[in-house]
Amino acid sequence: MSKILIIIQREFLTRIQKKSFILLTILMPFIIAGVAVAPLLLASIKDDTQHTVMLVDKTLKYAPLFEDNESYHFVTAPEVLPEFREEDANVKAVILISEDLVENPNALKMYSSEEVPADLQRLTEDILSEKVRADKLASYNVEGLEEIIASAEVNISAQTVKWTDDGGETSSNSGIALGVGFLFTFMIYMFVMSYGGMVMQGVMEEKTNRIMEIIVSSVKPFQLMMGKIIGIALVGFVQIAIWGVMLTAILTAVAFLVGTPEVATPPTMMGGDAAMQTVVAEAQAGNPITEILGALPIVELLIMFVLYFIGGYLLYASFFAAVGASINAQEDSSQFMMPVILIMVFGLYAALYGAENPDGPLAFYASIFPLTSPIVMMVRIPFGVPLWQELLSLALLYASAIFIVWMSGRIYRVGILMYGKKPTVKEILKWIRYS
Amino acid sequence: MFLEAKNIHKSFANHTALNDVSIQVPRGKVFGLLGPNGAGKTTLIRIINRITMPDQGEVIFDGAPIRPEDVARIGYLPEERGLYKKMKVGEQAIYLAQLKGLSASEARKRLKKWFEKFGIMPWWDKKLEELSKGMQQKVQFIITVLHEPPLLILDEPFSGFDPVNAELLKREILELRDKGHTIIFSTHNMASVEEICDNIALINHSKVVLQGNVEEIRSHYRSGIYEVAGVCAEALTTCADYEVVNHHRVGTVDHYQLKKADALTNAELIRLISEKMDVRLFNEKLPTMHEIFLKVVGESE
Repeated sequence: MSKILIIIQREFLTRIQKKSFILLTILMPFIIAGVAVAPLLLASIKDDTQHTVMLVDKTLKYAPLFEDNESYHFVTAPEVLPEFREEDANVKAVILISEDLVENPNALKMYSSEEVPADLQRLTEDILSEKVRADKLASYNVEGLEEIIASAEVNISAQTVKWTDDGGETSSNSGIALGVGFLFTFMIYMFVMSYGGMVMQGVMEEKTNRIMEIIVSSVKPFQLMMGKIIGIALVGFVQIAIWGVMLTAILTAVAFLVGTPEVATPPTMMGGDAAMQTVVAEAQAGNPITEILGALPIVELLIMFVLYFIGGYLLYASFFAAVGASINAQEDSSQFMMPVILIMVFGLYAALYGAENPDGPLAFYASIFPLTSPIVMMVRIPFGVPLWQELLSLALLYASAIFIVWMSGRIYRVGILMYGKKPTVKEILKWIRYS
Repeated sequence: MFLEAKNIHKSFANHTALNDVSIQVPRGKVFGLLGPNGAGKTTLIRIINRITMPDQGEVIFDGAPIRPEDVARIGYLPEERGLYKKMKVGEQAIYLAQLKGLSASEARKRLKKWFEKFGIMPWWDKKLEELSKGMQQKVQFIITVLHEPPLLILDEPFSGFDPVNAELLKREILELRDKGHTIIFSTHNMASVEEICDNIALINHSKVVLQGNVEEIRSHYRSGIYEVAGVCAEALTTCADYEVVNHHRVGTVDHYQLKKADALTNAELIRLISEKMDVRLFNEKLPTMHEIFLKVVGESE
């Protein structure tokens, strides 16, 4: 067996056999699913005790509008009495309407010994505004005013259509494109950061354990470096694959158990995922989701994802390996890591703004520049990117990845046997030139 | 010669590590590489191991310039010991043996033999960090010799060993030599040099300052001091032929330390003193390697 394969095997096996790895790999999907599903589940659980709410309506006009529901039982009272405050009175809140709200909209007050529950406040406000609105409309004395206003309230939702090269039309959706682009971008970003960091840790471990000298008396430092980079990438692939499968399974199971429709789009859903809302809107508008997803360049996306993923990881991981080889202690890493993190965070921001304007100059240059292109280009691709730009960006990315691998290999070779003080950048540049 | 380094030069950014260094290591012998700290021993060892490349000069291994594949025929125990702390002992020994070209099954077979020999079989599945320092040293030594390399390079092998284990290690080294392995052995422990080494090279300030067979070197540096004891008919006194350096008496036996004149042979000296005493002990005091080391290094300072 070739030596680099033996190294890849060790790097891979020792990592996936670690208890921490197994634990994290298995728990993470549950945590993600928990974070995603728990609020929905919690929202769907109702407090089953019915609270008493005292309703003091001086105008007597509004009190009949309040009807008891599962959570609240409304009791009218002529006056706000001190007994309401006592604990055994068991009054959750007091609603005081002191004047006609049409004349004075501020004549509504709510009291409670705790915070006034948000849903009670919303309920009260909804009931009263509806009534006040109706009253005001009625005061204009216009026949059929209600209907006129209803017909004037039109919700405009654009259905976006993209012309395909063969002259046809496909219905596209920028919300989905955005979501898919970001998903890929974040995956590349997270992968490069965490597994690149793992490469650096591994190199430093070998250096500080002083096992390096034994290994490089058997294999070339370059083989060791590449073996490590590839082995860790495989660990990452396995982890992501497990997460993907488990997350799908868990979410399907949850959806099945809870009965999707009510839970997935609870009426109280606030804000929420833009893409999700557009999907819902589009679906309501008669565009099946599958058609929208089908309009995305799925094959192109996946191919590009793999290419940028490998290129970006190779570039950054080999750089991290060189950093790990140059330093003697974790604390020394910050000097070299800062610029890298800054560039990557810049890339992420460029991706965020680039999504707003995928063909703008920032998105364009950042998706060509090799240090940011793996992050930024993935956001642009769902919107359609000219082939020449993709090729140029990939060519630059791979050219610089190869260059950095070469350069890191040379730094690595010298650095791994250098102990003592932290080298300066100047010294490291000298290492590159060593024969 | 099994291994030869020819006119090796190596300089780093701001100092010369090796300046025209040549050594000859005969086959099947223990070769001591001596020198004070920072003399360039480790650099030379790394060059032989192909970890570093020389600026000039070449290494001849088993009759031909050394090739990358030859590293599989070298076993190297670095001065700075180190293994994967979190990896199981057996597992990492097999891994390192595989990197030296052994198959996993062969490595396992040989490892079992060694582990049993050193009595550390119960630690096979323990992580390295759970082992005592001495045990880690044993594991490291086993890893070095496991692929049965014709050339072994041991950099300060005794550092960190307690006397019992140092003795065990010494026996192993001599046993390996008797099996035909060539051993390069770097140290500043001069006592072990006399016991183990057949040949030495002394490096100081990047240069070889002394090289050759240990016995030859010792007799070359003989200082003409003799230890003589016997029952005297007549007391020895300083004369033209020898000088009495020291004298003391134990019971009826007189002990002398004499410094012989250079022209005199040992036979003549024995004849001269046996005229005056019934000789019970005649011993030429050869200088220890320690003394030679200090003398040579001191001179070249």
